[in-house]
Amino acid sequence: MTARTDRRDQPARKWRSSVGILRVLLYAVGLVPAAATFAMGLANRLGPDPVNVFERTLGLWAIRFLILSLCVTPLRELTGVSLLRYRRALGLLAFWYALFHVTVYVGLDQGFDGAVLLADITRRPFVIMGMAAFLIVTVLAATSNAWSIRRLGRRWRAVHRMVYLAGLCAAVHFILSFKLLRAEPLLYAVVMALLLLYRLLPDAIRRRRLAQR
Amino acid sequence: MSIFRYPRPSASEITPRSAWLSRRGLLATGLAGAIVPPGLMRPAPARAAALAARPDAQFGGGLTPTPFQDVTHYNNFYEFGLEKTDPAERSGGFHPHPWTVRVDGLVANPRTYDIDALLARPLQERLYRMRCVEAWSMVIPWIGFPLAELLKEVEPLGSAKYVAFESVVRPSEMPGQDGVLPVLDWPYVEGLRLDEALHPLTILAVGLYGQTLPNQNGAPIRLVVPWKYGFKGVKSVVRIRLTDTRPPTSWNLRAPDEYGFYANVNPEVDHPRWSQATERPIGARGGFFGAARKPTLPFNGYGEQVASLYAGMNLRRDF
Repeated sequence: MTARTDRRDQPARKWRSSVGILRVLLYAVGLVPAAATFAMGLANRLGPDPVNVFERTLGLWAIRFLILSLCVTPLRELTGVSLLRYRRALGLLAFWYALFHVTVYVGLDQGFDGAVLLADITRRPFVIMGMAAFLIVTVLAATSNAWSIRRLGRRWRAVHRMVYLAGLCAAVHFILSFKLLRAEPLLYAVVMALLLLYRLLPDAIRRRRLAQR
Repeated sequence: MSIFRYPRPSASEITPRSAWLSRRGLLATGLAGAIVPPGLMRPAPARAAALAARPDAQFGGGLTPTPFQDVTHYNNFYEFGLEKTDPAERSGGFHPHPWTVRVDGLVANPRTYDIDALLARPLQERLYRMRCVEAWSMVIPWIGFPLAELLKEVEPLGSAKYVAFESVVRPSEMPGQDGVLPVLDWPYVEGLRLDEALHPLTILAVGLYGQTLPNQNGAPIRLVVPWKYGFKGVKSVVRIRLTDTRPPTSWNLRAPDEYGFYANVNPEVDHPRWSQATERPIGARGGFFGAARKPTLPFNGYGEQVASLYAGMNLRRDF
């Protein structure tokens, strides 16, 4: 065992540092849609309702990254391809986009109008769903560091299972943001539902592939 | 009988300078159009014809019209698709001519109007606010005539209490009527109480910005009721029918708890999913920071003229 590790020491270190580079790259690429849309807005290129377009684009990317982060486990269990190293980055990107989305809603869209915001957040299921998803991913982002993982121990997994609830709330929030049932949010909801239902499968089925290796 | 006639300026004199500029700008930026995503910038259909109208100074004092480009490239017309850019992009195959409007039902003198005869009437230009139920708003220089004119010509019977409107059904020319997912039931139908329909603010529009209606805005003729949410303004009207019972309306059929029959603009009665207290003015240039929300006015600012129509009614229940 030791001999093998020794022999592989060099490439392993290289691999580890390339993981780091890839992770930084993932953050950089992941934030491109936000930066590009913001730049287009500043240049007045988002059409006649720029705030609305910006707000929706940010929300859409939040849900996309949430879905990607939820794909990591099934992908690993079903195909053996492990992107576990990038899961936290994907989750954090979902959080950043959710934060941008909420910031634009509160600031640019509603102009920090406390009365309207309070009414929205307390009375409207559409907004409540979105806010619930945002609060959950905020908690998950805040406890995603190594210190929290150590500190929370066994409870960390339980806390981070709340991501399933966040995914559900986000999908419903997206559907409700249109006047009619629309194909795009439905498609996202179906993908989200499949990813959540997968978690309900018995371990025997889920880990068959891993056990074979 | 010889009476004084108002001077009739030509369309070019009426159309605000900003409109002409924005149209010129489109030609000039034709090259830029090649690199800008489609939909954000696209010329208006070429078939638009100039339309003379007398500006009605009684309406629209102090309002600044929304740029022509935005009025014609950002709107809902689900017959052509669900995106705001769909009507402009996907209405090119629609034929608004020839066209007739049938006016019948509980009337003594049912008639079928040809669009050319309607366009030849004395027309007025009115600058109206337009408030969408989705909480955005515009100011549009419509050209048209009071609906009351037509209604008086067909002589409503005493039993007539409501007016029902019906839009055109042409799946071959309107891709939104041909979709897979259920949208609305076609034809799009709307309705008004007879006194609302006879109100001088209620017009049938046949043009905007000094020209005939572009396809995407409801060519060749549409309803405009400025104190109600935009969805009441049924487009591409083919039939107007007077009835004694309240006619069904498309959005109310789809979601009765969200869209009422009256649909009067009311900042105090929220949509179940969003507030109606404020609105985003469309096309306020300056990107993100140029378009601050502004308060929505009761009856969209036309309360002085129309509030009496609803005296004694509970507008929270009859929304």
